[in-house]
Amino acid sequence: MTENLKVPKQAARQYPKPPEGSWTEHHPELDTAPVSYESSISPEFYALEREAIFKRAWLNVGRVEQLRRKGAFFTKELAVAKTSLIVVRGMDDEIRAFHNVCRHRGNKLAWTDHPGEEISGTCRQFACKYHGWTYDLEGRLTFILQEGEFFGIDKAAYGLVRVHCAVWQGFVFVNLAPEPEQTLTEFLGPMITAIEYPFERLTQRYAYRGDIRCNWKVFLDAFQEFYHPPILHGNQNPVMRQADYRDKGFYTSHFQIDGPHRVGSTTGGAGGKLVPEFYNPIERVMRSGLFGPWDPSEIVTDELPPGLNPGKKKSWGLDSFQIFPNFAIVFWETGWYLTYHYWPVAHDRLVFEANAYFAPPRNVRERLAQQLGIATIKEYALEDCGTLEATQMGLESRAVTTFPLGDQELMCRHLNKVVHTWVADYERSRAEG
Amino acid sequence: MADALLPAPFAALEPFVAAWCLDSEPERYAKRLSSSMDEIQAFYDAIFPRTEEAIRYLEQFPLDALPEDASRLLKLLYSLILISFPVEIWRQPAIPDTGTASFELELEPVP
Repeated sequence: MTENLKVPKQAARQYPKPPEGSWTEHHPELDTAPVSYESSISPEFYALEREAIFKRAWLNVGRVEQLRRKGAFFTKELAVAKTSLIVVRGMDDEIRAFHNVCRHRGNKLAWTDHPGEEISGTCRQFACKYHGWTYDLEGRLTFILQEGEFFGIDKAAYGLVRVHCAVWQGFVFVNLAPEPEQTLTEFLGPMITAIEYPFERLTQRYAYRGDIRCNWKVFLDAFQEFYHPPILHGNQNPVMRQADYRDKGFYTSHFQIDGPHRVGSTTGGAGGKLVPEFYNPIERVMRSGLFGPWDPSEIVTDELPPGLNPGKKKSWGLDSFQIFPNFAIVFWETGWYLTYHYWPVAHDRLVFEANAYFAPPRNVRERLAQQLGIATIKEYALEDCGTLEATQMGLESRAVTTFPLGDQELMCRHLNKVVHTWVADYERSRAEG
Repeated sequence: MADALLPAPFAALEPFVAAWCLDSEPERYAKRLSSSMDEIQAFYDAIFPRTEEAIRYLEQFPLDALPEDASRLLKLLYSLILISFPVEIWRQPAIPDTGTASFELELEPVP
């Protein structure tokens, strides 16, 4: 039996908890015990995650806007699966994914200058740099140099190795399993597939990337709780610097879990609706900042797109959807969105990708508001990046082995739980052969 | 003035063009980190009070057809955005406690 939480009266009124008394207890699959982060410091556990999670779950690798024309392609390095993929729009307009490996001697097929770096472009075929074996956009082997030198070779049997690929709302997903256990729609489940958002209209894209020395889950956890911002980011503006603001903390208005996925919704601060001191001088003159541009983009209407604000909160500023295992979409009230990808590289290392998508700006004022929005993201994200490397070091000391998670950190608790469930399922199926 | 770097109303900002009129965010961020707070503050003090006026001036052009002098002014405003943080928040060019952390902008729209 868990002891009741002691939430200050005003916060309890403003951010009511479910009837069970807490968000955590509202979800029967979660307990309230302290949590171990051994799974974030163990190379052995990471080896299991690679097989149990990253080779079984659907992974988002990009958007259809990156593949507008026939022959448009990009490569995706997946260190977590020790592979590279080619994702390409074929002459038949179908989007396919292949392992980026020549069938002849195993050379990586599409790369330029540095074999480990991602590329993109448009082409009519893929020719291997080594001996010139050539594949069409649908993956068929079309040319073998000195074909007559090969013993009884049948070109039809040497196409590129396909990877399962499916598209939801313009997001291109792959699944590395020989036969995925679920379709993409089944995997995403009702909470995520309820989202119908005009993604295709938000084509002004900024892409950030960071190489960070910490476990992917340790990093992701900071982006799925709003408990830390008043402290870690507490110097970002004069209001947050005030002691009483810090002491009050911040409350998430709504949490929801659906299968391995989760969402947290909060109030917002765009449009200058908080006290003026919350905003730095540049934010007031450019009408943008932490919450993105203050003025609604052209996609904003009186009604929110389906699937957003699932808790139907009156004061809504953003939804942070966490799509298992390593993908997040954050929707903001003024009509733009962010995606995050957490790509593990080792048990103590990840590549963090953040993409911001806006409506194409109609003038310099809108352009500058977007630029200030993405600059602010960097000021905050660098604070996270620095601190989370310190967290990894703290965890690796094993001086402390279990950690209390509060009700505001329910999403961290859920991810930890789902990861262990997937690994246990995998180990069970392997034991059963 | 045929060879003016900036639109005439903003001629007073010309001394800052050489240092702060840069084409990409990585160049601008590197410039922020390699500048002293005195240099940053001098640029901020010169351009920040002109921000609204500059936006109004630039708004008269389509975004994809900015004259060259206007385009330079816009790039100065992009630099202003990045150096506003050291001036308004950090009192130093770099964000505190970010040591070796990396978070680089690899793709950005032009202009």
